[in-house]
Amino acid sequence: MSGKRSFGRFIQENAVALIFLIITVAAIKPSGLSLEYIGQEMIARLGRDSFLVLALLLPIYAGMGLNFGMTLGAMSGQIGLIFAINYNITGVDGLVFAALAGLPVSILMGYICGIVLNRAKGREMVTGYILAYFIDGIYQFFVLYMMGSVVPIKNPAILLSRGYGIRNTLNLEGVRQSLDDFFLLKVGAFTVPILTFLVIAALCVFIIWFKKTKLGQDMRAVGHDMAVAEAAGIPVDRTRIIAIIISTVLACFGQIMFLQNMGNIATYNAHTQTNFFAVAAILVGGASVKKATIPNVFIGVILLHILFVVSPRAGQNLFGSAMVGEYFRQFIGYGVIALSLVLYAWRTRKANERARESLRGPAAAAAAAGGAK
Amino acid sequence: MGQESPLLSIQHISKEFYGNVVLHDVCFDLKAGEILGLVGENGAGKTTLMRILFGMPVIADTGGYKGAICIGGEEVHFSNPFDALDAGIGMVHQEFSLIPGFTTTENIVLNRESMKASLLNEVFGDRMSILDRADMRKRAESAIDKLGIKLDPDMLISEMPVGHKQFTEIAREINREKTRILVLDEPTAVLTESEAEVLLKALRHLAELGIAIIFISHRLHEVIEVADRIVVLRDGIAVKDTPAKDVSVRDIASWMVGRTVAAERANDISGKQFGDEILKVEHLWVDMPGETVRDVNFSIRKGEIFGIGGLAGQGKLGIPNGIMGLFPGGGSVQLHGKTVALNEPRLALEMGMSFVSEDRRGVGLLLDESLEWNIAFTAMQIQGRFLRPVLGGLFKLRDEEGMRVITDEYVKALDIKCTSPKQKAKELSGGNQQKVCLAKAFAVRPDLLFVSEPTRGIDVGAKRLVLDTLNRYNKDYGTTIVMVSSELEELRSICDRVAIVDEGRIAGILPPHAELAEFGLLMAGERSAAAKEAVDA
Repeated sequence: MSGKRSFGRFIQENAVALIFLIITVAAIKPSGLSLEYIGQEMIARLGRDSFLVLALLLPIYAGMGLNFGMTLGAMSGQIGLIFAINYNITGVDGLVFAALAGLPVSILMGYICGIVLNRAKGREMVTGYILAYFIDGIYQFFVLYMMGSVVPIKNPAILLSRGYGIRNTLNLEGVRQSLDDFFLLKVGAFTVPILTFLVIAALCVFIIWFKKTKLGQDMRAVGHDMAVAEAAGIPVDRTRIIAIIISTVLACFGQIMFLQNMGNIATYNAHTQTNFFAVAAILVGGASVKKATIPNVFIGVILLHILFVVSPRAGQNLFGSAMVGEYFRQFIGYGVIALSLVLYAWRTRKANERARESLRGPAAAAAAAGGAK
Repeated sequence: MGQESPLLSIQHISKEFYGNVVLHDVCFDLKAGEILGLVGENGAGKTTLMRILFGMPVIADTGGYKGAICIGGEEVHFSNPFDALDAGIGMVHQEFSLIPGFTTTENIVLNRESMKASLLNEVFGDRMSILDRADMRKRAESAIDKLGIKLDPDMLISEMPVGHKQFTEIAREINREKTRILVLDEPTAVLTESEAEVLLKALRHLAELGIAIIFISHRLHEVIEVADRIVVLRDGIAVKDTPAKDVSVRDIASWMVGRTVAAERANDISGKQFGDEILKVEHLWVDMPGETVRDVNFSIRKGEIFGIGGLAGQGKLGIPNGIMGLFPGGGSVQLHGKTVALNEPRLALEMGMSFVSEDRRGVGLLLDESLEWNIAFTAMQIQGRFLRPVLGGLFKLRDEEGMRVITDEYVKALDIKCTSPKQKAKELSGGNQQKVCLAKAFAVRPDLLFVSEPTRGIDVGAKRLVLDTLNRYNKDYGTTIVMVSSELEELRSICDRVAIVDEGRIAGILPPHAELAEFGLLMAGERSAAAKEAVDA
């Protein structure tokens, strides 16, 4: 009886991940791709995306939901990379320079985002989402008009022919996969970018350590109940801002790692779907708006990307068109986000209803009669 | 001995909110290790007094207070609750301020966690220290030990029975090194009787350790059982300060509600004739936040004015709100023998019930619309009145003329002070808004009218008028009225029967001329005693 119930509970709590797992496994066969190929792809994509997805964790701990505002960090990272190319700093040095250049920008962005989100308590996700569009406008203004005119850019190769503004696509030749290729290791049939994974592992260690600090504990308290935390003297607003700043800075670093793996930047588009894919990944991995763990991140990245790899081929083989798979990819991404938000709302309502059941007359009367005398 | 000077001394405290006196010259002392029972009706000033003691910003925002608070012989001024905490005052609130996803330990040491310094402290400050979980647990255990009870330090709050949550909260206050004075506001309200007993024992245990306790409760027998001394507040005045030894529940109840002037009864009800049963409520439960109704049964006869009283938060407001379908509920409600579908406000209105909500500005009025609209609105929506068919019934248009006539009628009848029937509802004073709400309910010509807190927030003259209006309407049209009010006097002055709600149930139903002490006993949850005595009376 209780086993059955806990099984039901398990299905309910992991519905998104399970549905996804079924779809993915079903699509592997028709895609005709070898497991070795998929495995190698997964290693590459884990290195590329995990850092970005890990950046989502802290705001979830702080009760601010999925940080759609992480796009702000991604833009900061791109600005850092543009400067790295401008000064022609190559290799891992270039990445470190980009990170250092992006750091103050992302801290400022995170601070702004934190202040805005503090004024929109309870509606952080939609506010962050819209804020990302707003800041995108400022980013475009900065990159398209200020760079080369007000901000000195000495490398003409990245400027538009009119003399100011950055080109649509930038080649990251100097830093391309410099992190990944720094230390490659052959493991069986697979090539593993060790340094990339070490950086990701370091971030995981940081997050685990951070949860044990006073600040991490405060963040959890704020995430559970702002009013109680405030009454206990925890600076709620400040704690929330710190959570968002850390998340934005991590997103900045994450975007740099992502782009060095891709090898080029679509200056005006690369960041637009960062938040969307990161959020989809963590949700696929079994996280919810209120709860997420490090394993959720890795499971999510793997599941989501297996689907991304196999779905165009499966679409090609099944329907004669890769576009079907491409369409499927978008559909699934947004579908996952919508589904898990709806499931979360539904689950919250169910829990409230369960709590309410105890108030029903006869049952309550019987309980009171039992306790009264 | 150290006992000579009191630990806490409240001296001549007075407080008014905008000319409304809520505390007047309240004095009492509290010695270390003493338990003081503080009792009083709602609005007697208990909460305000505790807010002053706790330095709540709302007090300073509304003009501060007169008098002095001394702790250990020195006068103190708190500008916020954290100052009070530093001075050694701990407060346990009525609602739990615990974090459900945290363990007992984490809650007890919340924001006072033990920490081990790390290197990053130099750069980022203390918040980057690592928590010392072993030491946190040790401290939590010692606080639990002080209480003399059993609590699992590693259990999540969300999985605990209510009693344990209350203990956790108290343990949190005790865990503060400095806590010398502990204020408990209705700590037993949510506990079962056996849990409450354990709590009282724990309190005495604490008192023996030298902590002074202010115990606020409306369960009078508990106050007598645990307190060394009892202070009774009534209308902002400390009417009684007496040792608890030879005081009975009945004494306290009469001190609490006793008015020097007996309420005059406007009309005599002895000659009143009632019709058949109109409303029958069985096992009603309503999930209204803060006013939960658990199991309510009563029946009303046609033509009656039925009063529902009781302390705030006990569920009296939930009854009309639940029957009218505004909050989720269940159980059986029958009007004229026909079952009322709960959770469907429209059906409730269509069956001939009407409701004047306590939430005047939120639910009661269309604030930005004219009086005409306000008064005719429900009748139009529910009964299709004030609509005239156009083009053979193809459309329906508003009957402006009819709306004006009825508005004029009610403006005159209820003496609503307004510049014109076109005036917006939000521009009226509270009392006149209330009259508009009544007019709106009357316009539906209900068989059964619920009025909830009809006199809240309006001045004395307007109160009288509202009550007279209700009374007249009842007499002239035979409308059955169910009136919910926090003001006992008001209920006694116009109702034919008064039910007192306690903990979501009807504690008893009394005739309006019953002794005040009887009402007091019912409110204090002394159900069995009062019921027995009611039979005798």
